[in-house]
Amino acid sequence: MTLQSNAPGGDIETAWDRHRFDMKVVNPANKRKYTVIVVGTGLAGASAAATMGELGYNVLNFCFQDSPRRAHSIAAQGGINAAKNYQGDADSVFRLFYDTIKGGDFRAREENVYRLAQISNNIIDQAVAQGVPFAREYGGLLGNRSFGGALVSRTFYSQGQTGQQLLLGAYQALSRQIQAGTVKIFPRTEMQDLVVHDGHARGIITRHLVTGKIERWAADAVVLATGGYVNVYFLSTNAMGSNVTATWRATRRGAYFANPCYTQIHPTCIPVSGGYQSKLTLMSESLRNDGRVWVPKNAEDAWNAKAAKVGRHPGDIPESDRDYYLERRYPTFGNLVPRDVASRNAKLVCDAGHGVSFEGNGVYLDFADAYERLGRKEVGERYGNLFDMYQRITGESAYEQPMRIYPAPHYAMGGLWVDYNLQSNVPGLFVLGEANFSDHGANRLGASALMQGLSDGYFVLPYTIGHYLGIQGPRKSSTDWGEFAQAEEQVTDRINKLLSIKGKRTVDSFHRELGLELWNNCGMARNRHDLTTLLGRIPEIRAEFWENVSVPGSAGDLNQTLERAGRVADFLEFAEVMALDARQREESCGGHFRVEHATEEGEARRDDVNFRYVAAWEYQGVDQKPTMHKEQLEFRYVKLTQRSYK
Amino acid sequence: MNLTLHVWRQKGPSDVGQFQTFQATGVSKDQSFLEMLDVVNDKLELAGKDPIVFEHDCREGICGCCGFMVNGKAHGGQPETTVCQLHMRSFSDGDELIIEPWRSAAFPVVKDLMVDRSAFDRIVQAGGYVSVRTGSAQDANAIPISKEIADRAFDSAACIGCGACVASCPNASAMLFTGAKINHLGLLPQGQVERFSRVQAMTQQMDAEGFGPCSNHEECEAYCPKGIPVEVIGRMNGDLLKAQLRGRDS
Amino acid sequence: MNWFMRFAKSTIGLKITMAISGLVLFAFVIGHMVGNLQVFLGASALNHYAAFLQSEQLLLWIARIVLLVLVVVHIWSSVVLTLRAKVARPQGYRKWQSKASTYASRTMRVSGPILLLFIIFHLLHLTIGSVHPDLQHCAVQASGDLQCFAYQNVSAAFSLSTAGTTAAIQGGIVAFYIVAMLLLGMHLGHGAYSMFRTLGLTNPRYDKMARAFATAVAVIIVVGNCSIPLAVLTGLVGQAGGH
Ligand SMILES: Cc1cc2nc3c(=O)[nH]c(=O)nc-3n(C[C@H](O)[C@H](O)[C@H](O)COP(=O)(O)OP(=O)(O)OC[C@H]3O[C@@H](n4cnc5c(N)ncnc54)[C@H](O)[C@@H]3O)c2cc1C
Ligand code: HEM
Ligand code: SF4
Ligand code: FES
Repeated sequence: MTLQSNAPGGDIETAWDRHRFDMKVVNPANKRKYTVIVVGTGLAGASAAATMGELGYNVLNFCFQDSPRRAHSIAAQGGINAAKNYQGDADSVFRLFYDTIKGGDFRAREENVYRLAQISNNIIDQAVAQGVPFAREYGGLLGNRSFGGALVSRTFYSQGQTGQQLLLGAYQALSRQIQAGTVKIFPRTEMQDLVVHDGHARGIITRHLVTGKIERWAADAVVLATGGYVNVYFLSTNAMGSNVTATWRATRRGAYFANPCYTQIHPTCIPVSGGYQSKLTLMSESLRNDGRVWVPKNAEDAWNAKAAKVGRHPGDIPESDRDYYLERRYPTFGNLVPRDVASRNAKLVCDAGHGVSFEGNGVYLDFADAYERLGRKEVGERYGNLFDMYQRITGESAYEQPMRIYPAPHYAMGGLWVDYNLQSNVPGLFVLGEANFSDHGANRLGASALMQGLSDGYFVLPYTIGHYLGIQGPRKSSTDWGEFAQAEEQVTDRINKLLSIKGKRTVDSFHRELGLELWNNCGMARNRHDLTTLLGRIPEIRAEFWENVSVPGSAGDLNQTLERAGRVADFLEFAEVMALDARQREESCGGHFRVEHATEEGEARRDDVNFRYVAAWEYQGVDQKPTMHKEQLEFRYVKLTQRSYK
Repeated sequence: MNLTLHVWRQKGPSDVGQFQTFQATGVSKDQSFLEMLDVVNDKLELAGKDPIVFEHDCREGICGCCGFMVNGKAHGGQPETTVCQLHMRSFSDGDELIIEPWRSAAFPVVKDLMVDRSAFDRIVQAGGYVSVRTGSAQDANAIPISKEIADRAFDSAACIGCGACVASCPNASAMLFTGAKINHLGLLPQGQVERFSRVQAMTQQMDAEGFGPCSNHEECEAYCPKGIPVEVIGRMNGDLLKAQLRGRDS
Repeated sequence: MNWFMRFAKSTIGLKITMAISGLVLFAFVIGHMVGNLQVFLGASALNHYAAFLQSEQLLLWIARIVLLVLVVVHIWSSVVLTLRAKVARPQGYRKWQSKASTYASRTMRVSGPILLLFIIFHLLHLTIGSVHPDLQHCAVQASGDLQCFAYQNVSAAFSLSTAGTTAAIQGGIVAFYIVAMLLLGMHLGHGAYSMFRTLGLTNPRYDKMARAFATAVAVIIVVGNCSIPLAVLTGLVGQAGGH
């Protein structure tokens, strides 16, 4: 099957307008004849469900949390980009488009990204009208900050809680539709499988997390907005429940998984403090604006509890014995290099034994200079919230000693393959937000995931799904179709299997083991040899899981262990595709760094001749190698260059 | 350190429930409270027993999933801290902890420490929004909003819907939660058109859910992990009174 | 009227009802105290004031009825709200710790009913006289003037040496008055502060002022009202001061 991007050709500036005009429009009176399933209530899912409900479709909306308001989007801190140019610093749609393509290391589709940049402005208008309290200047106009290495100030924010405020805006819009009866909400309901009938996505199977009831849902189309998969690493900044289940189940039903190896490791997170650790906490990237990153020059000065190294207190290490490695290696950008570069360098110095923390995985982020330059009060005003959070978790005060930070898995650029209409290769299956692969290429710039989720949900899907539904016309759906019975049976069998193993290891122990393997071999720096070893390990862990996992309790009850077991089982299958994808991509680009493909100075080297494509994987069965399909990327507006931050 | 935990166990909403005692051994001071429970649960799982059910997701104090009483204090009672952010360094060796779910008629226990807070969703559904159609908004800078108003609206909007206010209130009142949303939207120019119908609809729903009245004990503010101020209750009361004086019906 | 009933039955509506009734009772308590403090100006001042109040029977009865209705309304709303609070938490905590509430706020439902008992006793004591050893009602004199004996009644009410009763009983009565006034102070200390918020008269800037105002008024009421029985006990007010 060749992958058709279905992007309109011609002038990119008018492409979306032309496309909207060319699409079929469903007669308003007919809209309620169509039922649409939306899985997910994050920015992407909630905005899509609310907007489609408002348009008159019949929407069934699912999430696994107890309330749609708790989707993982709530945790986003920094902000959301838009090309408003309110600061008059020469920002424009084209510049946002250009920055996003370049930031993604030239591995995203131009037309999608251009549309995203255009829509970015409507998102801010929409959010403000909903009552999202963005930061304001004294004159009453919207404030902006600069973010993630961009040269313009285009990030809108609500203190450190932008994701929360935007999600509450979408949740409120969704609540309004629930009240109006156009959207039915099903919280604590987890999608377990996709149902494909006559080649079209026509429904899902769910499990109610309190009663354990397995249910069938039929519809005219299915929308997945189920978020990203970096919890495959076990430790990540994502919420504990974030999973790959929905997208992986869709993959098993024929949808292609694109670029799974593109994962983002965020440089400023709180380091691991012990073996019991359940998740990692992100500290806003803005800290790097004033903090200086360093490690002790002499490895014996570095504290590492696990290696029984006492080290020296940071305050006792003189200037001359400190290595400000980012400033040394990147004199122009210094501490402000992009995320992937900052993360990789932290790993390099820690691997060389200079890391400071419980496990030697940490570098100092020092505000001593900032205190001198700005005064304690000013620094406190800028970062006080973050310092408080840091102290709550570590018990250390950033006012008294440097913070310790280390990179952590944060975001998945890869996801289900979709065309310009956000439709996967399975007709009738649409994928939004972090769950799709579309707009960020090999690396995502800060403050652009919120933008993409809302663009997909509020402004793209409601049009493109209408086109699909309009062409199909109203159809009969029935949960009596054989495919429903078959899918339901498989779901039930799998659950019963998990419960019957009664092994000797906890679900989490498998998840930790898998995560650690991936982190070591498919993390910040990858190489063919390690990836091959990893590809040998994953099936072994998976096999042991299915023989030796312990899942107490029953299926017909609230059973949190069972929930986790199902998710981990899917991670154990998905991880293999991730490693395969990382191994086939013999280049370094964005978040994917292959040590074999580096310049003499150790910087990433892309291979645009051979790897300027999207890798979309087709499932062939467990323990079968999936098939890779390619979508070639054409760059008509942006010139491919090598990124350099020296 | 080693701790003794007395944890509320309840199979479902109709079960009577009782306390069960566990020993948490070898607890590290760097562990979070939930990580301490994870370890207790790991042992239960390996013994084939039902682990303690508690709700959680983000584990960084923003999703509002987590929350239970620790020694009579919602979220453990540290200033502006959710229980997922509470760390074991706040406790000492030998401590006995009583761990109970939020107790409120409007929050029936689902299992153990997990309660059903969907009443909060229904309060928002009753009117906690601005009715604006997608795509119909004017330019975001068309209406300037003073920084002070925007900041105050944000302070109210920061509520995470955890329910600690209800749990800590001797009357199990949801005035802080409801007031926060009403105040957030009621302060902004965008929320003015529906300001009075909103306060009527939302407070009616609040009553229908069975939350108690406010006696101004102010426990809610003290235990709220986001520091929502009781001022929002005053403004909500005032708005409802004004709505009545205008003789409007929603 | 539909909307009004809905409001009146709503939790916040009941709170507002309670606050407004409480506010009027509160104003009455202050007026009542100021009037009674005239006892320190001597018998004729107080007795003239009492006579003045009695002179317009219609107005007096309107005021009494209004106050009675307000007390009923106040109690009724507090009972409904208290019941709602109980229903809202059918199962209590094994352990619960206060972080912000005050003793006064937690005992409103105790101080209120004791106040009711006090009000009843106070009426029987100094208005109706059935528990007073020797209450002299106002009487029209030959001159046509109304003569009242409030000063003598108050003195007799609190003096330990009043004839026809024992010092122990009198001491108990004084103690009850003083305890009741302390409770009233607590009730109003929280009540007056609460009232501002219930009526929406809040602003973060004035919150501290509202608290200070409520406390100050409560202290004044306790001191003012208690000073009267204490003055009788110490002989500052009494037979000597009369005529
Ligand atoms: C700590 C942190 C900070 C961030 N900060 C920023 C930032 O400043 N700016 C920015 O642009 N981006 C940021 N991001 C990234 C951004 O928050 C996410 O990419 C984005 O919110 C994803 O939104 P979503 O709607 O695609 O998915 P999510 O918000 O993850 O929602 C997923 C939804 O799917 C549901 N779901 C999942 N699986 C199932 C299933 N099997 N069955 C039923 N329901 C299911 C869930 O219940 C949930 O409702 C940050 C991310 C993190 C982790
Ligand atoms: C001298 C007489 C009284 C005065 C001046 C008075 C005044 C007040 C005031 C101002 C309030 C605050 C209202 C608010 O919260 O906004 C209040 C509350 C209250 N009153 Fe009274 N009151 C009096 C007598 C009583 C009596 C006789 C009772 C009960 C039998 C009572 C029971 C209560 C209760 C229970 C509350 C608090 C309820 C709550 O907040 O949950 N009061 N009072
Ligand atoms: S007001 Fe505070 S305590 Fe109540 S739900 Fe919101 S965040 Fe939680
Ligand atoms: S788990 Fe999200 S707030 Fe505690």
